[in-house]
Amino acid sequence: MENNQKTIVIAALVENKPGVLHSVANMFRRRNFNIESITVGHTEQKGVARMTITVSGDEKTLEQVVKQMNKLIDVIKVGRLEPENIVSRELALIKVNAPDAKTRTDIINCVEVFRGHIIDVSPETLIIEITGTSDKIEAFLNLMKPYGIIEIARTGVTALARGLHSIRIEE
Amino acid sequence: MSATKMTGAKALLEALERQGVKHIFGILGGAILPVYDELCRHPKLRHILSRHEQCAAHAADGYARASGRPGVCFATSGPGATNLVTGIANAHMDSSPVIAITGQVPTNGSNSSYMIGRDAFQEADIIGITTPITKYNHQVRSAAEIPWAVNAAFYIATTGRPGPVLIDVPKNVQTDVAEVSFDGKIDLRGYRVAGPPHPLQIRKAVELLVEAERPIILAGGGVITANASDELLTVAELLLAPVATTFMGKGSFPEIHPLSLGNIGMHGNPLANKMLLEADVLLAVGTRFADRATGNLDSFCPEAKKIHIDIDAAEIGKNIEVDVPIVADAKQALSAIYERLIKQVKKKTDSPWLQRINEARKLLNPPEKAEDGKLKPKRLLQTLRKLLPESTIVTTEVGQNQMWAALYFKALKPRTFISSGGLGTMGFGFPAAIGAKTACPDRHVVDIAGDGSFIMTEQELACSVVEDIPVTVIVLNNGVLGMVAQWQRLFYKKRYMAVKLGRSPDFVKLAEAYGAQGFRVESIAEFEKAVKQALKSTVTTVIDVPINSEEDVEPMVPPGCGLGQQIGDY
Repeated sequence: MENNQKTIVIAALVENKPGVLHSVANMFRRRNFNIESITVGHTEQKGVARMTITVSGDEKTLEQVVKQMNKLIDVIKVGRLEPENIVSRELALIKVNAPDAKTRTDIINCVEVFRGHIIDVSPETLIIEITGTSDKIEAFLNLMKPYGIIEIARTGVTALARGLHSIRIEE
Repeated sequence: MSATKMTGAKALLEALERQGVKHIFGILGGAILPVYDELCRHPKLRHILSRHEQCAAHAADGYARASGRPGVCFATSGPGATNLVTGIANAHMDSSPVIAITGQVPTNGSNSSYMIGRDAFQEADIIGITTPITKYNHQVRSAAEIPWAVNAAFYIATTGRPGPVLIDVPKNVQTDVAEVSFDGKIDLRGYRVAGPPHPLQIRKAVELLVEAERPIILAGGGVITANASDELLTVAELLLAPVATTFMGKGSFPEIHPLSLGNIGMHGNPLANKMLLEADVLLAVGTRFADRATGNLDSFCPEAKKIHIDIDAAEIGKNIEVDVPIVADAKQALSAIYERLIKQVKKKTDSPWLQRINEARKLLNPPEKAEDGKLKPKRLLQTLRKLLPESTIVTTEVGQNQMWAALYFKALKPRTFISSGGLGTMGFGFPAAIGAKTACPDRHVVDIAGDGSFIMTEQELACSVVEDIPVTVIVLNNGVLGMVAQWQRLFYKKRYMAVKLGRSPDFVKLAEAYGAQGFRVESIAEFEKAVKQALKSTVTTVIDVPINSEEDVEPMVPPGCGLGQQIGDY
């Protein structure tokens, strides 16, 4: 079982109204599916929100996830995005200890390599904004660990399929 | 689009009337008083006062299953709404179209009357609570929105794979006056009902069926829901394919038909369980391959290529892998299969497979043992079948009574055997019988009960007597919670814990206390007499039938085993 596990991204267009997030989250919990991350936001279409859900499991489970999502009445459209065919990004804000000039310089060098930004400086700390795939963020966090990470806020993955393939409601 | 000024309460009742509703089961309370006040002005809607909201939901469920039309129940906010929960979950598991309407504390208004989310008196988050046990639920926020909400609820509850829908109506929405229109479109862009079956899949299914030497049809509750029994019969007779049913499919195929194998499953007919092992093609229609039906999946129908018809795409591949998936309504799919089959196969009157089945049938149905004069469930239920007209609707409680009924009471027509399959809700049968009788007042309705189950909802005797909805309850009274006692006997070395009920209460006196009639019977002859009297009675009848407390339901497939590993005699 363990070897057949894979991670995919599900993009779902849903009615933008109260309770929809609850019914989606509830279905995942009740059916023992595992949400690794979820992001929700407005779309270019009025009244429609887009959920981007990262989920892992074996093929049978992933197929069920998509089918059960489709069954929810307020879920309008569900797309399954395979990792090889998408661009995905996550944003993280990281607050690290930087009590002296030497540490600050070291950290700023790392941030430049990772094409992040310093968005706040205090005498004791720096806040770094970094965007990229989840792997890139993990790698950056590993680099920051020795300095002492005080706080992390991550958005979770959001993604689009490459090329013309798209998840949208045809008018 | 014409709009009329009216209150939310009036809009609600008018919308229900326009949907063809004639009966509502319910109990009122503070947060739904405006709706009940409006009910005074709607004499065409008959309100039946249940004595517990759970029973209002079960009655609506029984009404729906007996008639095929959605059943409606009302409850107030808070405890009224939460008492519906078991009934709604039951309807959800068995795909029954129940419409539940609940009152709710006010949503808005002046600061002092704004209550929702403030833990107001009798406030419960019924939308949150019922999300996983409804097909859809919705809290209306304005009176103008009510017709849409009602129409959407009926559309969703009755189409595709049916299921319960709950509408939560805050009290201020009931009293608000708005311009209300009833002919608005139901725009549900996220809800799609499966269309006709895919021709390619039908072709593949027919190819398998034409080549099959040992085909078996497995009919589930979906056949009954889709009113596809006639189509099932024509396909079975054309192919000369024996038909096994799941518990929910009982009644979809006449159990006295020579091709009938009876139910499969943990307490299935051994013939059905055994023959599945030998089948080379399985045509499964409207079933979700529930664990109680399939037994251990590794040894379920191991030889067969599998065709699975279901209207719910998520059921296909959920529990078992299939060779030909067909996402469609059972009636449409079976018709399509028949249309194609009839061009390719000639109707047969005999086959080696049929001979093999008839041989097995003889071996597995040994001649009756000599009578010892005791009241045995098998004999009782076979006798009952002879006494009841074909059109009689039978409901059951849950446990041994239910499994004996499944094994020995032959269902002859769809919608005449109504039972809690998925959730296994003790106490379902009696209120469901009241619902069925309300839907079909010209037919007899009989609840096959156990003493443990009947006690759970026996207060509905008051509803049945006062509302003049006479039904018959047959209490197979063994003084124990029999099914769990059986498990303790078989799998817990007879360590009986908390299963003994004693012979209490006196069911004859209990019936009489409510104004119903009661009989206690000590022999088959007395049983026959009591049933005949019940069928003639204009008042609800309770027949107390004392049986041995150590009677097992046999045969049985022990939990975790395959259907081939059944123990005990039929």
